[in-house]
Amino acid sequence: APQGRLLCGPGLRRSRAGLLVTKCGLLRHRPGGGGAYWVDSQQKRYVPVKGDHVIGIVTAKAGDVFRLDVGGSEPASLSYLAFEGATKRNRPNVQVGDLIYGQFVVANKDMEPEMVCIDSSGKSSGMGIIGQDGFLFKVSLGLIRKLLAPKCEIIQELSQLYPFEMVLGMNGRIWVKAKTVQQTLIIVNILEACEYMTAEQRKQALAKLSGN
Amino acid sequence: FMQRGLDSQTIKQLEEEEKKIISEEHWYLDVPDLKEKESCIIEERSFLRCEDLVYGRMSFKGFNPEIEKLMIQMNSKCKEEKIEEDDKMEADVSDEEMARRYETLVGTIGKKFLRKRDQRVLKDDDEDEDDEVEEGNSNTRPSKRAKKMFLKPQD
Repeated sequence: APQGRLLCGPGLRRSRAGLLVTKCGLLRHRPGGGGAYWVDSQQKRYVPVKGDHVIGIVTAKAGDVFRLDVGGSEPASLSYLAFEGATKRNRPNVQVGDLIYGQFVVANKDMEPEMVCIDSSGKSSGMGIIGQDGFLFKVSLGLIRKLLAPKCEIIQELSQLYPFEMVLGMNGRIWVKAKTVQQTLIIVNILEACEYMTAEQRKQALAKLSGN
Repeated sequence: FMQRGLDSQTIKQLEEEEKKIISEEHWYLDVPDLKEKESCIIEERSFLRCEDLVYGRMSFKGFNPEIEKLMIQMNSKCKEEKIEEDDKMEADVSDEEMARRYETLVGTIGKKFLRKRDQRVLKDDDEDEDDEVEEGNSNTRPSKRAKKMFLKPQD
């Protein structure tokens, strides 16, 4: 936010007399960068927001455009040229049912959301088709934000267990892949249960697992 | 004197009169200007700009090395300032050493490009200073000198 201007984030809306609160939750404040206030609310349903990185499932191929289900009210569209190194001759190999990690380029309540798999400089930087195998599951949006916080304890503890790979989408979807099916399922169960466990319970559960 | 065109003054007067006529014809609101409300508040709907969130794609214990490289890259964008400071501190070679090495370096590389005659002259000079480098050459030197000079046949 430019200097002197306050950023009012999700859950707050500007009105004539000041700010209105539109969601219930905890009010958070960030002092740096001109100051920002937002409401930390909990919900399961995702609303597409521009700039968010999400995991989408390809539901249909309509000519040059793919339709992705991102968990919002409408399917998002993704053009086949929005991949790194894609040209008219060189099309990306996307099938119905594939998982795609991309970001929103257009996302407002009046238009259909549009996604791309490259960033502003034309590089993919990790976005694109997510590989074979793995497990996709849904959690609430609040948990995702907790996991994405810098220095998240849950992730640090999990990373000590087994080698694995994880993709977190802001729409509540997590994709996990580990070496064996059992390990994958263990990680999935821990992440799902993390929401309602306290830190001690979680450490106990992890201690049991690493002991086994 | 001859006047083909109008004087500049009369031209100006005519222009002003034209402008007056035109501006009187224009309609304007007799209402004071509304002050532009300078909004000090920006609305934002994404959590990404409020909180400091990490990149969503992660890999641990070497499962996917490309993504691990990406993780370091993306997360270091936030910490660019720290990295710049470290570079100044962690110079392997200090500035003084660099200056010393560079001095001698210029000399040794400069010798490479001298012609043969100049090289011999250099060797004579260097012999007085360093014996180490020209050890090999010093053996040949007396024989060359001997070749040059006329040897008197010994009686």
